[in-house]
Amino acid sequence: MKVRVLVSFKDSILDPQGKTVEHSLHTLGYDFVDEVRQGKVFELELKGISREKAEKIIPEIADKVLANPIIEKFSFEIMD
Amino acid sequence: MKFGVVVFPGSNCDSDTLYVVKEVFNQEAEFLWHKDHDLKNSDCIIFPGGFSYGDYLRSGAIARFSPLIKEVREFALNGGLVLGICNGFQILLELGLLPGAMLRNKNLKFLCQHVNIRIDNTDTPFTLAGNIGQVLSIPIAHFDGNYYIDNNSLKDLHKQNQIVFRYSEQNGNLSKKSNVNGSINSIAGLINKNGNVLGMMPHPERASEAILGSDDGRVIFESIIQYFDKVKKPQPC
Repeated sequence: MKVRVLVSFKDSILDPQGKTVEHSLHTLGYDFVDEVRQGKVFELELKGISREKAEKIIPEIADKVLANPIIEKFSFEIMD
Repeated sequence: MKFGVVVFPGSNCDSDTLYVVKEVFNQEAEFLWHKDHDLKNSDCIIFPGGFSYGDYLRSGAIARFSPLIKEVREFALNGGLVLGICNGFQILLELGLLPGAMLRNKNLKFLCQHVNIRIDNTDTPFTLAGNIGQVLSIPIAHFDGNYYIDNNSLKDLHKQNQIVFRYSEQNGNLSKKSNVNGSINSIAGLINKNGNVLGMMPHPERASEAILGSDDGRVIFESIIQYFDKVKKPQPC
C-alpha cells in the first residue's frame, strides 16, 4: 500500500521560499498565480497493515517525525 | 568541572568546543558518542554546532532519535546543565527541551558572519558573569536560525525572562537590520523555564580567543564554570 504524505507550513507561517517562487512566476508573466506555498512530499510503502490501521497510524508518524507541528501541517492520501 | 561534548554524525564544531573548554579554560572534557548510553559523569552537556545527520528532514530532527538522547533528556529534566550551540539549539527545539522552532533565514541565505548579541538575562548559569545590556561580538553560521514561536508562548518567554540573547546593533539597540535572520523579537538564545537548558545560534566557542578576532564568547563558559564552583563545590565553614 502506498501512502503519500504532504507536509507544508501552517497558514500563519511566512514561507519565504514559496514567496520567491511566486515572484519568479510573476516575472515570467504568470500574473494569475496568486500565491505559492512550498512543502515536502513523502511516499511511504506500507506492508502487512490494513487500510484502517494505516489511516490511524499515518497521522501519528506525521506528527512525531515527518512534520514539526509547531510550524507545519500535513495531509495524506492512500494511493492504492 | 567536567564537560561532555556530544558527537553526532555530521557534527563539525565538536572539536572546537572540546578544545575551548579543555585548553582555554583548563576544564575536564570528553566527547560523548551519540550511540552510547554514557554521559561519563559530565557536569555540563554541550550539543555542538554542525549538520547532524546532514540536516535531513529538518535541522536537528533526526538527532533526537539517537540513543544518548534518552540519558541527556533525563539529565536535563533532573536539572543538569545543557548548552546547545547552533545545530545544538535546533536539536533542543526538536527535542522539546526548549519551546519554538527554526525557520529558514529570512533572506534564504546561509549566514556566516560576526553578529552582535545583547545579554538580556544574567540570572542564568550561562550568563551570570556578564552584565545586562552587554553586547557580545560572536559569529553565526547557519541556514535555519529564524526563530519562531506562537504569540502566546512568546508572551510566556518574556514573562518568565527566558530570552537570554538578542541580535542587536553594536550599541545594544534592536533593529530590523541587526536581526539578520529574521528571528521573532530578535531572539538569538533562550533558556528553559527551569533555567538549566540554554540554546543559542551564535558560536561562543569560535570567539574564545582574541587571536581569532573576538573573545566575547568567553563569558558563557566562564559563567558555567563560576556557577558550578559556587553551586556544586562544598563551601568552607
